[in-house]
Amino acid sequence: MVDLKVSLAGIEIDNPIIPASGTFGYGYEFAELYDINILGTFSFKGTTKDARFGNPTPRIAECREGMINAVGLQNPGVDKVISEELPKLRRCFSKKVMANVSGFSVEDYAYTCEKLDKIDDIGWLEVNVSCPNVHGGGMSFGTSPEAAAEVTRAVKAVTKKPVFIKLSPNVTDIVAIAKACEDAGADGISLINTLLGMRINLNNRRPIIANKMGGFSGPAIFPVAVRMVYQVAHAVKIPVIGMGGVSCAEDVIELMLAGATAVEVGAANLVDPFVCKKIIEELPSVCEKYGITSLSEIIGGVKD
Amino acid sequence: MKQAIFEITENRPLTKNVFLMRLSGDTSDITASGQFVNLKLDGLFLRRPISVCDSEDGVLTLIYKVVGRGTELMSKMRPGEKIDILTGLGNGYNLDKSGDAPLLVGGGVGVPPLYRLAKELCAMGKDVTVILGFNTKDEVFYEAEFAALGAKVLVATVDGSYGTKGFVTDAMKGLSYTYFYSCGPEPMLKALYRASESDGEMSFEERMGCGFGACMGCSCKTVTGNKRICKEGPVLAKEDIIW
Repeated sequence: MVDLKVSLAGIEIDNPIIPASGTFGYGYEFAELYDINILGTFSFKGTTKDARFGNPTPRIAECREGMINAVGLQNPGVDKVISEELPKLRRCFSKKVMANVSGFSVEDYAYTCEKLDKIDDIGWLEVNVSCPNVHGGGMSFGTSPEAAAEVTRAVKAVTKKPVFIKLSPNVTDIVAIAKACEDAGADGISLINTLLGMRINLNNRRPIIANKMGGFSGPAIFPVAVRMVYQVAHAVKIPVIGMGGVSCAEDVIELMLAGATAVEVGAANLVDPFVCKKIIEELPSVCEKYGITSLSEIIGGVKD
Repeated sequence: MKQAIFEITENRPLTKNVFLMRLSGDTSDITASGQFVNLKLDGLFLRRPISVCDSEDGVLTLIYKVVGRGTELMSKMRPGEKIDILTGLGNGYNLDKSGDAPLLVGGGVGVPPLYRLAKELCAMGKDVTVILGFNTKDEVFYEAEFAALGAKVLVATVDGSYGTKGFVTDAMKGLSYTYFYSCGPEPMLKALYRASESDGEMSFEERMGCGFGACMGCSCKTVTGNKRICKEGPVLAKEDIIW
């Protein structure tokens, strides 16, 4: 029997598989397909203080082994998330869920997190300082150690729940930013968010995405995720949730060897809505193949 | 929504760049005309959403125009090849609103989803009129198939090489109808929105990420709030559209 359990900032989860924010809605679309209680947890759609429609369409472009999105944090705002979406989520998911939060000012982040702190069903706050698709916010907080630390402090001041800061790969020194978050009190780091990308339509010579640029995700970015998880996990003492192009059980093991305590699955959900179920079902046999009896024991186990 | 493996039984051109693909597989989740399916093609990351032309007893008919890499790959597939397909996606047309004499208006590759709808409405004993719009005579397809259902079929071509010269809205002049259903390019839908004298429904397309409501890639604003083309759409009621 392979032990898939891991402890994520003090909360034990049955397995390290977590659908990533923005690719899993509030869970109920997927609950039509399979019992989503088999998941470790999931990170629900990025939530902001006020309702947002997001960016104009087209918001999606494809590339080899991946895609670009510029949704722009469409969500109904924290009050409606709490009053309308979470009750629906609760009907199909009975474990602790991860709340993903975005903002346009330090005050926004604190406001939203303070409201979500009151919800028992939420186990962790994942604070996104790395959305590449909104102007004047999001990623700008995640590209400087000082700004990321300021958001971390503001959020930690309003919640007792474990706080994971979700970082952008679009930086020159990911380690400095991760350490600044750790020093500011973060309970963990999530990475990587999408890489900034762009595609051009050869027929009309215009960007495919209305917002011109968007977040590049999918299997193509997996090596970047492994590298950054490795760098950050070896520099901080707090747990790291690894993500970026994960699409099979082998990818999960590789990211955990690099230092991830748990692993989020993003773009793969959009192509194969059953992918997380398949990964969870395949993990025991893939672990056995590589001589792994307990997943928690391989975290950061990459050899020099 | 259901994921199933379908096997191609037929794949042939109807015009220079419009193809008909017939597949066998589990069609049980396709419950309304106007819904679409999402195909996983080898070598492409995202699935390809294609409207359902017809579905009955495990036979799925798709009609698609070759416009990019995905549809080009589809056009080269052969009977016997298998495709992983998500079925039963989106909200289709609402049959209850048709009245006695519904009008169906399709433009180009917007024509296919109206076929299953016409079949249902004819079977209900409705007095169905179908207007099919194309650029030119060589692009016309499915005129005889709609007529075989018992519908009255009018064709419009922009260059006048076949049927009424002009747009679908030219072919509509003088017709009386109780309700309309449409699918086609956005300029056609906009013209129809203005020219139509009844309520009706329009089917839209948008670049999609997932096709089942998870990614919010295809959202639009409507009179009754934000909607996802893949989930609350692709069919929207005329009164819901902001134009």
